[in-house]
Order: sequence, then C-alpha cells, then structure tokens
Amino acid sequence: MASDTLIALSAFDLAVAAGLVLLLAALSWQLHLGIARGMLIAAARSTVQLLLLGLVLKALFNTANPWLIGLLATVMLAVAGYEIMARQRHRLHGFWGYGTGTLSMFLSSFSITTLALTVLLQPAPWYTPQYSIPLLGMLLGNTMTGIAVALDNLTRQTLDKAGQIEARLALGQDASQAIGDIQRDALRSGLIPIVNAMTTAGIVSLPGMMTGQILAGSPPMDAAKYQLLILFLIAAGTGLGSMAAVLLGSKRLFDVRSRLRRDRLSG
Amino acid sequence: MSSLRIERLARPGVNAAGLTIAAGSCTAVFGPSGSGKTLLLRAIADLDEADGEVWLDERARSSLSGPAWRRQVIYVAAESHWWAPQVGPHAPHWPQADLEALGFDEHVLQWQVQRLSSGERQRLALARALAHAPSALLLDEPTANLDQTNTLCVEALIEAWRKRTAGSALWVSHEPAQRSRVATTQYRIEAGELRRTDGL
Repeated sequence: MASDTLIALSAFDLAVAAGLVLLLAALSWQLHLGIARGMLIAAARSTVQLLLLGLVLKALFNTANPWLIGLLATVMLAVAGYEIMARQRHRLHGFWGYGTGTLSMFLSSFSITTLALTVLLQPAPWYTPQYSIPLLGMLLGNTMTGIAVALDNLTRQTLDKAGQIEARLALGQDASQAIGDIQRDALRSGLIPIVNAMTTAGIVSLPGMMTGQILAGSPPMDAAKYQLLILFLIAAGTGLGSMAAVLLGSKRLFDVRSRLRRDRLSG
Repeated sequence: MSSLRIERLARPGVNAAGLTIAAGSCTAVFGPSGSGKTLLLRAIADLDEADGEVWLDERARSSLSGPAWRRQVIYVAAESHWWAPQVGPHAPHWPQADLEALGFDEHVLQWQVQRLSSGERQRLALARALAHAPSALLLDEPTANLDQTNTLCVEALIEAWRKRTAGSALWVSHEPAQRSRVATTQYRIEAGELRRTDGL
C-alpha cells in the first residue's frame, strides 16, 4: 500500500460537494419534482452512516475481534435483508417476506466471501477486517440488487399471470412446470445488471473499487486485478443468491398439493 | 369407468354434503351468480383448499398428489388462459377428431392465441382439456360464448367423449334447455349448498 500518496480531504472539500447536492435539492424543489425532501434525507443519512462506519471500522481494525466482525457482518446482512423486502411491491406474508431475501443473501454473500478469504486472498487471520468487511459489503450491496429485482419480478409476474399458472395446474402440470417460465424470466432480470456491469467495466465505467485503489496510490494493474476478482465474485454471488431467492420464493407460492397460493402474497 | 363422488366438501362459500356422478354420465349444476358454482368446481379440482374428500371410482383424492388428481379430473374454467403464443404447444397431442368435431382443421395448431375470438378460445380450451385424456371433466359454462350451432357441437362432443371413455362430467349451465339436453341429474346450488332438483 502506498497510502502516503493519498491526498486527505478537508472539511472544505466535502462542504463544496455537499453544496452541489443542496443546489440540486433547491432546483428539484423549484421544479416540483417532489423529491427534494427525500434527497436531503438520503444525503444526510449517507453522511451519518459513512462517518459512523469510518468510526466503527477504525475501532474494528484496531482490535480485529472476530466476534465484533461477526456482529457487524450480521447487522449489514439484516439491513440488506430489510432493504430487499422494502423494494418488493408484493411481499410474502409472515417470516418469508423478510426471510426469502435475507436467507438467499446469507447463502450467497457469506459463502462467497468466506471462499475468497480462505482460498484466494488468505489474509492472516482469514477474517482480517481490512479485507473481510469491504469484501462482504461489496457482495451484499450488489447481490442485494440482483435478488431484489429477481424476487420482485417473480411475485409480480405470478400475480399478473395467475390465470395462466392455474390453467397449467388445472391440466395436471406440477408447480415447477407451471411457474418455470416465470422463474427463468425472474432470474434473467436479476442477472442483467451484473452482466451489463462486466460488459462496460473499464470502457464506459471505471468501477468504484478500482477508482478507490488508484486514488489511494495502488499500481493500476493491481487495482485492475482486484476489480476483476470482485466482479467475478459479485457475478457468482448474484447468480447464486437470485437462484436461491427464486427457488425459495416460488416454493412458498405453492402448497403441498401444488395449489397456487395467491393469499400468501400481499397486494 | 370413472365415477366421481364428493363427500362433505367444504370451504368458505361451499358446503356440499354429497354428490355422485356415475361413470359415463353428466350432472348439471346451476344457481344464481355468486352462489358458489365456480368455487365448487375449483374445490373438486383441488385448485383451492377444501375440507372433505372426493373419489374417482375407488381412489380417494387424498391418496394422489395434487397434479396427479388434476390430470384425471380436469377443470375447464369459464375464461380460458393460454401461456404460449401459439395454440399447438398447449397440449402434447391434439386428437384430430376432437378438433374436427369442434369445426377446426389441423392448421389451428399454428394459430396465434391472441387472434382467437372468444368463441374459438372456448372451444379450443375444451379440446385442450380432452387432449389431456381426463377421467372426469368439470365444465364451467363451456358454451357461454358460443352460437347455437357451436353449442350443439360442444354438447355432442362431450356426449361422445362420455360414451367412448365412460368419463363423468359436471356441467355448470344457466340454460334450462341445455341442462335437460346434456344431463340426467340436476343440482341447484344456493349459498354454497347443493340441492337435487328436477330441473327448475
């Protein structure tokens, strides 16, 4: 690491950038976009959250206590699970409304992060927070999007096409035949963002992690390799997570007699 | 040989004490809208949860999986739904004779579902159900969108199917003349309860 080359940001630097957001909020208020309030709250939230995370990570890096790392990872997972639920127009009732997304994200993000730490990067100890927390954060953030899109697609199409599903059931098809097309469509929609991200990486967009490493003074080739690793891990995590979510979700949409259970979905 | 017998079938909106349709025969059901006709058929087909038992000859519904039951006892909804763009993929094999009896030639399998009229959809939905070789049929107003000629074609086809396979049919119809043409027994349904009548 060549962190001595990093130019530290002053309060003034941040104030100027924040001023731009204020300007945008004022403009959207003027234009009656109805989003000014939400934008200011989001900006305030990100300020508090990121500064808090900075403080937490600073303390965590000093102690490297595995229990504290586990606690932070659990909190990150819980919030991401809530976020997935909040993005659903039609939610499964009861535990599965929260559980489907959270469980899928746990299965994918945690297993991929553990694999990356123990087999690929191998810091000592393997849970070293400088590696584990950013890695998990990136995986959670990206698989969250894929899973949320896939689940939303699954439940929305199930309600829209309930007549078709039941027509297939009435002719004796089982649940997986009756909802197969919808499952495939939902999975595709969850995977499109990461495929697009890989397609344009380095040409249209300079990915966030690579940008950060370059700013921090890493050699560009090292930064590129890290970014590649992350992109591949995210792709695998998103695929695994979306598949788990679509399978778990569709299992709940039918009962033991393979009846479609619209009553288990809200809206 | 497939007789259909229901035994204390109950769900919200339906409370059917008993009903037996002998193999090869047809029973008609009628009643005001909202009386539970569709709910009854869906409950028999096991598309909705219901207490009680349904028998196909000596086989209890509960001894079969949901899909295995519905392969034998096929519910033909009043409004048909189609999941593929063309007609053909909706059944593995379409018996030529059934299609002809309903006034279609073999080209119908290449037709686009979206361009079918409501009457064509209804007749093809029936052909689709027959193509799956059911033991019993639950028909929800199967001639609601049809003119007189096609209505008689459908009635004749169902009768021929009953005679050929000894399958049983439950036929929801609000037309008294049709009920006495197609069915030997009639039930009136009111507030979910079945009452046997002589057809009024």
